[in-house]
Amino acid sequence: MDTLLQSLVSGTLTGTLYAMIAVGLTVVFGVMRIINMAHGEMVMLGMFGAYWAHEAGIDPFVSLLLWMPAMFAFGMAVQRFLLARVIPSGELNTLLYTAGLSLLIANLALFFWNGDYRTISLDYGMTPARPFGISVSIPLAIAFGLAIALTSALYLFLARTDTGRAVRATAQNPDSAALMGVNVARIDMITFGLGTALAGAAGVLLAPSLYLYPTVGEILIVKCFVIAVLGGLGSIPGAIAGGVLRGVVESLGAVYVSVAYKDAIGFVLFLGVLLLRPAGLFGVGRTS
Amino acid sequence: MLSIRNLHAGYGKVEVLHGISIEVPKSKVVTLIGSNGAGKTTTMRAVSGMIAPASGDIRLGGRPVATLPPHRIARAGMAHSPEGRRVFATLSVTDNLRLGAFPRLTFGRARGDVEGDMERVFGLFPRLRERRNQLAGTLSGGEQQMLAMGRALMLCPDVLLLDEPSMGLAPRLVEEVFRIIAQLKSEGITMLLVEQFAAAALNVADYGYVLENGRISASGNAASLKNDPAVQAAYLGRGH
Ligand SMILES: Nc1ncnc2c1ncn2[C@@H]1O[C@H](COP(=O)(O)OP(=O)(O)OP(=O)(O)O)[C@@H](O)[C@H]1O
Ligand SMILES: [Mg+2]
Repeated sequence: MDTLLQSLVSGTLTGTLYAMIAVGLTVVFGVMRIINMAHGEMVMLGMFGAYWAHEAGIDPFVSLLLWMPAMFAFGMAVQRFLLARVIPSGELNTLLYTAGLSLLIANLALFFWNGDYRTISLDYGMTPARPFGISVSIPLAIAFGLAIALTSALYLFLARTDTGRAVRATAQNPDSAALMGVNVARIDMITFGLGTALAGAAGVLLAPSLYLYPTVGEILIVKCFVIAVLGGLGSIPGAIAGGVLRGVVESLGAVYVSVAYKDAIGFVLFLGVLLLRPAGLFGVGRTS
Repeated sequence: MLSIRNLHAGYGKVEVLHGISIEVPKSKVVTLIGSNGAGKTTTMRAVSGMIAPASGDIRLGGRPVATLPPHRIARAGMAHSPEGRRVFATLSVTDNLRLGAFPRLTFGRARGDVEGDMERVFGLFPRLRERRNQLAGTLSGGEQQMLAMGRALMLCPDVLLLDEPSMGLAPRLVEEVFRIIAQLKSEGITMLLVEQFAAAALNVADYGYVLENGRISASGNAASLKNDPAVQAAYLGRGH
């Protein structure tokens, strides 16, 4: 019973962070119809950001205040100066382009920061908290809370603000959005900036709980792409449900089946859901 | 208010409009009639910037807009209710209406009383008020058409482009749409109207233009066009 509860709790905590990464991926896809293969590298940059902040004596969680705006600006610039030129040439070209960007960023990171595995050790990360006899890592719990806050903030932005409405309208039909006076190129920049900021923030939040190294993005992108597809590409609630589901299934699988099959179990879940619901849990389409 | 001179436009290398000129004076209703494929929708698209004109001059209140992108033209005061409605299906009715007022809420256009205008739209289309929180994609075809018109009105446009607002509607709703167009006209809204019901369009309009294969073949007072034997034979026969 305790083991069950324990794995449910840790699965939910990590799943929420997966969800945050997948939400960034899915929002960018929903609005711009591109799958950003470099999304995992944005997470990696966030992790290194937290690492360097920690080295400089700044708490990694406090460094969010710096890295989120920086990653937002970086994402806007990538969209404005790189992707905007490639997107008109088609979806396949854009996919290949972001894959190239992913390799470039990862290799630059390898070059400058070498391939060592690094960790951030926090004073308050040494001993886990034990509410109700369940062991909970404090940095992971903080990350969980902040991930919920940031994902909710994005959700409220999209639901309640005029610019957020314009983002949703652009996702639905860019031509009609332009007729409403929406500058679609600007919405694309904001969207890509938000996706990148969310990925970077997830990296900062994960950094104290994972090993960090320049190619860590590869594993994360595969995982979170699967989650986004599981939830229905383009759907935020889908990405959240998919992330938590995957986190929980992985952690139950690790306990009740085998740690070695943890990732395989995640894929079985993926194939199972898509067999029953090909459009994903919360599949949405675009009207022409 | 809207002045189109010698407009050439098309898709890719195919030219659809071969130099058309249309004047829409302030607070007047002008209708553009023509058979399927004549280029009516293409004209509307070129005017609102959805397609870039190959050449020609388009002025909105004296300001040249032919080379502007669509969002800048909208901010300049042109509202376009496109053929086939194109409402934002996964957004609520109120969200769709607020988007119509986007330039007023953000930048480029005087804000005015957005809430009051939303009430005005609900006054014109009471069905929309009943369904204000419903997703636009779940509305009936007629309700979506009303939403598309209401959304365009939310801009408080200087010129309103209406492309086949009665398309696919039951006869009773078609009458309703024309009644609303007449009401908007009485409020002084400048409109360019494309309609399959040419007779009804000429009844509500002040001026008319006939478009044939991308060229204007006749134009003039709506009343005189209605009595023109050639126009009657081609566009006002049985079934119109
Ligand atoms: N997206 C497009 N790409 C290429 N050609 C197009 C496109 N849209 C329209 N056309 C062509 O342009 C011509 C004019 O079309 P348009 O839609 O302007 O006609 P219309 O007068 O609005 O007709 P309808 O009464 O059927 O709405 C047609 O020959 C059509 O095939
Ligand atoms: Mg048409």
